[in-house]
Amino acid sequence: MTESIPSQFKENAVRQLADEDLRQALTKSKGHFTGGRQKSIDNLPEFEELRDKARDIKNHTIENLDFYLEAYEKKVLSSGGHVHWASTAKDAQEIVLNICQTVGATSVNKGKSMIGEECDINEALEAAGINAVETDLGEYIIQIRNERPSHIIAPAVHLTKAQVEESFRETHTHLDPERVLDEPPTLLEEARKVLRKKYFEAEVGITGANFLVAETGSSIIVTNEGNGDLSQLLPRVHIVLASIEKVVPNLEDASTLLRVLARSATGQEFSVYTTISTGPRRDEDLDGPEEYHVILLDNGRTSMLGTEFQDMLRCIRCGACMNHCPVYQSVGGHAYGWVYPGPMGAVLSPGLLGVDEAGHLPNASTFCGRCEEVCPVHIPLPKMMRHWREREFERHLTPNAYRKGIQLWSFIALRPNLYKRLTSFHIRILGWIGRRRGRFSSLPMAKGWTKYRDLPAPEGKTFQKQWSERS
Amino acid sequence: MKNNRVALFITCLVDLFRPTVGFASIKLLEEAGCEVVVPRQQTCCGQPAYNTGDRADTISIAKQVIVEFEDYDYIIVPSGSCAGMISKHYPALFSQDSNWLDRANRLSKKTYELISFLTDIMGVDSVDSEFQGTVTYHDACSGLRELSIHDQPRRLLSSIDGLHLRELDDANVCCGFGGTFCVKYADISNRMVETKAEQVIATGADTLLAGDLGCLLNMAGKLQRDGVELNVRHVAEVLAGMADKPAIGVPSKD
Ligand code: SF4
Repeated sequence: MTESIPSQFKENAVRQLADEDLRQALTKSKGHFTGGRQKSIDNLPEFEELRDKARDIKNHTIENLDFYLEAYEKKVLSSGGHVHWASTAKDAQEIVLNICQTVGATSVNKGKSMIGEECDINEALEAAGINAVETDLGEYIIQIRNERPSHIIAPAVHLTKAQVEESFRETHTHLDPERVLDEPPTLLEEARKVLRKKYFEAEVGITGANFLVAETGSSIIVTNEGNGDLSQLLPRVHIVLASIEKVVPNLEDASTLLRVLARSATGQEFSVYTTISTGPRRDEDLDGPEEYHVILLDNGRTSMLGTEFQDMLRCIRCGACMNHCPVYQSVGGHAYGWVYPGPMGAVLSPGLLGVDEAGHLPNASTFCGRCEEVCPVHIPLPKMMRHWREREFERHLTPNAYRKGIQLWSFIALRPNLYKRLTSFHIRILGWIGRRRGRFSSLPMAKGWTKYRDLPAPEGKTFQKQWSERS
Repeated sequence: MKNNRVALFITCLVDLFRPTVGFASIKLLEEAGCEVVVPRQQTCCGQPAYNTGDRADTISIAKQVIVEFEDYDYIIVPSGSCAGMISKHYPALFSQDSNWLDRANRLSKKTYELISFLTDIMGVDSVDSEFQGTVTYHDACSGLRELSIHDQPRRLLSSIDGLHLRELDDANVCCGFGGTFCVKYADISNRMVETKAEQVIATGADTLLAGDLGCLLNMAGKLQRDGVELNVRHVAEVLAGMADKPAIGVPSKD
């Protein structure tokens, strides 16, 4: 696997742009996501109202986060579960390992979890000699390819069908080499067969949570494959790995959020499986885990409370912002170098990793605003990216050449007479040099521009010059 | 009678690269019954500083614009992104300073992008110009999403005899300009404008229009680098009947 890190965003991007498979895969998925979303919201006249409601629910919860978390904890405890508080990713790792080792686990099933990615749970388990099996098809594919998810809801969206087929043939060597594997259903069927056995081997199942419900102490996951259910029902121990901002007051609120989540994510009205789990198996239950643990991860989130980045905690991880982001659609998720890609990652990653480490991400945006336009909880993503840029500027993290260039331009812009004198002279020269072709294919001071496109030459005299000569 | 003394905020890009857009704007405004003034102390709206995170300089530039423009009935800008900067972002700069906030808010309320001002405020629903050909229209991001400019240019374009509008696939997707983005992240910007150029070509139109010069320079530059013969113009030029001027990046004949 090529490890990328956020500070090398530019290099990562160049590498990704050259990847033809990636381009193909993204072109294919893009229309599916954006078209699907549009269709599903066109069918729901009250979608805008629901969005406002969703935003308000999240705002209310975040403003009273301590209250709802405590209420949630109480309910989990009273239903017989355990709650563990992890302030860092490392803490979360240790708690997971501890639970697994206490029950002597040698194999763990995982439902898809971005918090698991954030905490490098798989690596920690493997290092402790415990086998971690991803059960979500996309996650399974990237696990056998030794890659990271490139999207928060479609982890393998960067791959073409042919690449997946190749990986399956390489990994599942016990199967008939002549088998036909060229359509998604056949791939899914094969993954199912391989995984089915593993479900029964695992002592522990780890899932994420889309929502935690304070009123009932429940965790909710949505999947389309049902893998989450099996991961959490079959093993003896179920661990829910969730970050603190996943809590919502009650089931009613959760259902409002679920309605905007699926539509924004995949264009479905509802995900195929919505699973609510509360505590361990009760006496009258036919199945379910004997132990139920919830790990609540902070990992930098509380430090965003009360700042201009608090709104980011509303995020319900639908992925719509990246599906609609022309930058993400050009470079793919791996360029971002960490768990969270696209616009939401460009705001969240600097918050969790520090702007020194992830400073590129909020800069790599044209502020086109499409992410904010589709975000189901109205997160003003461009505004927050700009706030990160302001912090970088204050701390002199902005590359010096740009800093100096912008300050020089501002210096001139703040002196209209100087501006007019300089521009009327230089623009005339530039217009004169460019008059024959009407454009420049290379200009020493505009290399970033002319590397890929011509620079149209100025028409001649500036507007202001011409205007002053007229009047 | 309504006061229609409008100040033209020319924008630095139009001032420097494409004065024709300025003259087209004045013509359209005058035809709509406005008295147009071009205030002298104007330069740039401050977007480059603002989007680089340089808040202090942005605030100074915003104050300069407010002082120079606040006495007019309307401030008209032939660019969605600069109009959006003044009307949507200036107030956000002064949340801590009530005096300037008031002034910024007042300016914000009377600042409009050119085309939407003509249709929405001046009630213009047709123009008296000629044009022969097939055009396609790109919705520049800020105009579309910050100022809801979408139908207005299309409505005015459709009033021109001989002009056929063919819609562009993904017309609402960014062209990759993004101010300094296009040089800071040139490789990514290139992919974006490459995609846009392919879609523009696929329309079969002979002219590409938009309402923001930054995007137009970007798209024109890409099409020309690739040797595509397609005229790129600001929409105001066509509406004002000034499409006889050479298109963007095309040399004049004399
Ligand atoms: S920021 Fe908004 S659009 Fe993006 S993943 Fe989060 S909720 Fe979805």
